[in-house]
Amino acid sequence: MFELLNEIVSNQPVTHDTWLMALRSAEIARAAKPGQFVMIRVKPGLDPLLRRPFSICGVKGDLFLVLYRVVGKGTSLMTQLRQGERLWVLGPLGKSFAVPGKSFSRLLVGGGIGIAPLLFLREFHGEKKAALMMGFRSAKDIISPQRITGEDRSFVVATDDGTKGHHGPVTDLLEERLRENAGDVAVYACGPKPMLKKVAERTMALRIPCQVSLEAHMACGLGACQGCAVKAAASSARMYFSVCKEGPIFEAEDIDWEMI
Amino acid sequence: MALTQPDLTTQIGPLSLRNPVIAASGTFGYGLELETLVDLNLLGALVVKGLSLKPMPGNPPPRIVETPGGMLNAIGLANIGLEAFLRDKLPRLRTYTTPIIVNLYGHRTEEYGELASELRGVEGIAALEVNISCPNVECGGMAFGIDPVTSARVTEAVVRNTDKPVIVKLSPNVTDIKTVAKAVEGAGAHALSLINTLTGMAIDVETRRPKLANVFGGLSGPAIKPIALYMVYQVARTVKIPVIGMGGIMDHKDAVEFLMVGARAVEIGTATFVNPRTTLEVIEGIRAYCAEKGIRKIGEIVGSLRT
Repeated sequence: MFELLNEIVSNQPVTHDTWLMALRSAEIARAAKPGQFVMIRVKPGLDPLLRRPFSICGVKGDLFLVLYRVVGKGTSLMTQLRQGERLWVLGPLGKSFAVPGKSFSRLLVGGGIGIAPLLFLREFHGEKKAALMMGFRSAKDIISPQRITGEDRSFVVATDDGTKGHHGPVTDLLEERLRENAGDVAVYACGPKPMLKKVAERTMALRIPCQVSLEAHMACGLGACQGCAVKAAASSARMYFSVCKEGPIFEAEDIDWEMI
Repeated sequence: MALTQPDLTTQIGPLSLRNPVIAASGTFGYGLELETLVDLNLLGALVVKGLSLKPMPGNPPPRIVETPGGMLNAIGLANIGLEAFLRDKLPRLRTYTTPIIVNLYGHRTEEYGELASELRGVEGIAALEVNISCPNVECGGMAFGIDPVTSARVTEAVVRNTDKPVIVKLSPNVTDIKTVAKAVEGAGAHALSLINTLTGMAIDVETRRPKLANVFGGLSGPAIKPIALYMVYQVARTVKIPVIGMGGIMDHKDAVEFLMVGARAVEIGTATFVNPRTTLEVIEGIRAYCAEKGIRKIGEIVGSLRT
């Protein structure tokens, strides 16, 4: 884990509300594993005060990539940053996805900006069998994986309004895939909580290994403040996990989905 | 002419610190979470996460929310409990030379005494910091610290059961902090630290729900600094025991302000989230400030406010 002033190499919109930032840090790029995140101090000064957590969406040489959706003050300010400016970055933080044996085929299920760690996962392991399913609200919200990582591998898309791909939630695509063959698959999911909940419930019912990437409000990112708690499953000896240190990647069965 | 380094050592009652900068409870975990980023041996002292007799799970999420110039937290005093602390954390903390201060709390007066008693004679604990902002189950959940009588009782319970210096951390959520400070001093505290967080809340107007699951929480960060500074100013002029100042310190200038109103040391909390190395930068900043002003001892700043 490092705390460094990193240079912005590029910062470009990839959709009407989603941007991709590349930062130069040989240390973070070398150490980063899929599922891990960074805490970025968006601006010096007191507003915004706290750092913002972002999933690492890929590495290229000594660069690492961060995909962000403009949702508030911090991310709005980020869009104004230019190439050559430098930001304080703390990372890589948290746990990475655990990868099962080669005989497993991986199903990656992402909702919206939640595709970020999955793109890194797919690229990092160079796994041909990994099938990427992505859900977005509408055609205009679709984030092209090729635009992010330059990869040219297949993916399937679902949109809530049916303007592109499957008309319905991305979990329909997962259902379909699991109906075909639910043997020796492992599911990796990141996205809005209702989507994750559905993925978790389905995979647990079928006893399929499933890892989810969760997000939470965070202050430190280091496990020191206990601010980013998530409720543990009733079967766990614990009441809460800290998302930053014990996550953000969790086995679906370890989380209390009723509380989410 | 050889430039001598300014003497940053400070005395908090029986406790000698190499410099006046302390990592505040709840923002530095058990220290170990930050050891790869911060050389703990450079700190004046380190106050670990508030400890209770039994492990506490804490409050439901969301537990934190950012507000202008600060943050609200309702962690709910989540901690691993006495046994795990002594077994898993303290042995590693002992490898550092920095004084380790254990912040402790209870829900009943006797729990404070019991915890102090359990820590009696334990090696590697330099002092106790008593959190009196915790809800008192004997008084319908009202915080011990809002009343001078319950504050004094808790202080006595700890002082009676310990061989270590006792620092009582005062709550700012009171009508007159001087009254509580005097009561705690009278009960035998060796030092005071202030301020704890200010109670506050924030609401999401779209959902009409509070932003914290606990509805309210403690406000910290630069937004509270002027309030904290005035309270430290008042208390330092009221009590004879040493005062540790805190509340929204972001840099060495903020720290020097607290020293000027009479604090002998400062604690740094929320700023650690913004920059994990704030404590070290404040130490260096104070050193540079002293050198620039020709100040040889940090004591020359303490209480030096001109009015």
